Amino acid sequence: MCGIVGLFLKNPALQPELGLLTSRMLRTMTERGPDSAGFAVYNALAAGQRKMTVRGITPETQGPFEAGFLELVGGTGTLLQRHDHVVLTYAGVHEAALRAYVRDFGAGIAFAASGEGIELYKGVGLPEHVATRFGLEGMGGTHAIGHTRMATESAVTIAGAHPFSTGPDQCLVHNGSLSNHNTLRRQLVREGLSFETENDSEVAAGYLSWRLSRGEKLDEALKASIDDLDGFYTFVVGTRDGFAVLRDPVACKPAVLAETDDYVAFASEYRAFAELPGIANAQVFEPEPQRVYHWDHAA
Amino acid sequence: MQIIDMNTTDLRALNTALQAGEAGSAWSVHNPAGRHALAVGLMEDMTVTIDGHAGYYAAGMNQKAQVTINGNAGQGVAENMMSGAVHVKGNASSSAGATAQGGLLVIEGDAGARCGISMKGVDIVVRGSVGHMSAFMGQSGNLVVCGDAGEALGDSLYETRIFVRGTVKGLGADCEEQPMTEQDRTILAGLLERAGVTDCTPADFRRYGSARTLYHFHVDNASAY
Repeated sequence: MCGIVGLFLKNPALQPELGLLTSRMLRTMTERGPDSAGFAVYNALAAGQRKMTVRGITPETQGPFEAGFLELVGGTGTLLQRHDHVVLTYAGVHEAALRAYVRDFGAGIAFAASGEGIELYKGVGLPEHVATRFGLEGMGGTHAIGHTRMATESAVTIAGAHPFSTGPDQCLVHNGSLSNHNTLRRQLVREGLSFETENDSEVAAGYLSWRLSRGEKLDEALKASIDDLDGFYTFVVGTRDGFAVLRDPVACKPAVLAETDDYVAFASEYRAFAELPGIANAQVFEPEPQRVYHWDHAA
Repeated sequence: MQIIDMNTTDLRALNTALQAGEAGSAWSVHNPAGRHALAVGLMEDMTVTIDGHAGYYAAGMNQKAQVTINGNAGQGVAENMMSGAVHVKGNASSSAGATAQGGLLVIEGDAGARCGISMKGVDIVVRGSVGHMSAFMGQSGNLVVCGDAGEALGDSLYETRIFVRGTVKGLGADCEEQPMTEQDRTILAGLLERAGVTDCTPADFRRYGSARTLYHFHVDNASAY
């Protein structure tokens, strides 16, 4: 099983409520995925600024990690702690050095995502508890995607929770299972990508990042995945400016979309929409298999 | 009219109350909010209106009852219906009317993939279009599609009749277009009337059925077994 949700706001007036609406949707999908949950919230910074989400911060590592970060970015960065995750904001020139700093820090600290807009949080436990831990309800932004996991193929760990981020401002959530992920992972490793888990969904995320890094547009990369990925999937893919939805040709994994003048919402089941404003008059429909649905804010 | 509000009623309490309802009674279910398994297993000739969107398996295993959904329905609406009628005012997700043995299922909008999968006698009328693999392994009954049909229509079909007004993206294994007989026209006209479809006539439709090459043992294929 597993539950997926996504919310893309067309009306800027709703942006302060993005986290609140997303947390309600996520909570409703608990029955589809009670083991772990995760979500990505997009809220773009000014040009030249970047942010990075890092997880696995403890009371013991918080001080040294922060000191090292501020030293590295010359005191101009900021740091926002949310439970065991921290969001770093800094000038883009420090990206490479900061990635190396996080990678080499040890003590269970791990890179989660970076980009101009993405913040990515995930944790083990009931979706409602995970959302509360990070204060999702209070977060604003332009769009968000989330996932509730019922683990079948690999362990219940934070690393195995969705979303997976394998490129700047990119993340993917997946309901389904892939059967050729080991072969594809080896091919992508030869192309220079690295993977943190044995999870099939991380390979799908990496595949799309690889295509995007070669200059393809998101819809082109997703269309190519229909030929290259073997298995069952409903994907929701987030980028800095929006999100996209794709279902495999058999389409046995559920998906439903709702669109109003104010937003586009995606979920595994209609139940997740029930508390959205204006849902009674929304256009509610099921995405067709093999067709890429894509919404974005003009860059 | 008895009203049940799902904001204050447990799902089991709803179904228990409906299943104990008397013939001729009328019920309205408020705030369904996409919950699963609403109004299932009804066995009396009563009317039930679900006032909003329904989740999976709404009005499943229905006998005799007339169930209307004033919204969309999730997967498997009216699955294994025996008799009665289920009317979806919006769209239906995949596997609508799966394995249903009787009764009438009307979907005003579109139906998703596998509409009427393994249908065994139900009549299904879809005002819009149906997704891929519809009427897969259909054994009897009629599937009427006023819009278009997706890929692999009628794959591995037995004796379900399929009528499509629009385009068919592709036929499944052993499904073929067949001439519309007088009997077909009569059946189709009756179904359109029962479904309240007044804007199209039997002459607008094409008829599809089983070529019957898959489900009879063929001695030339003996070496394949």
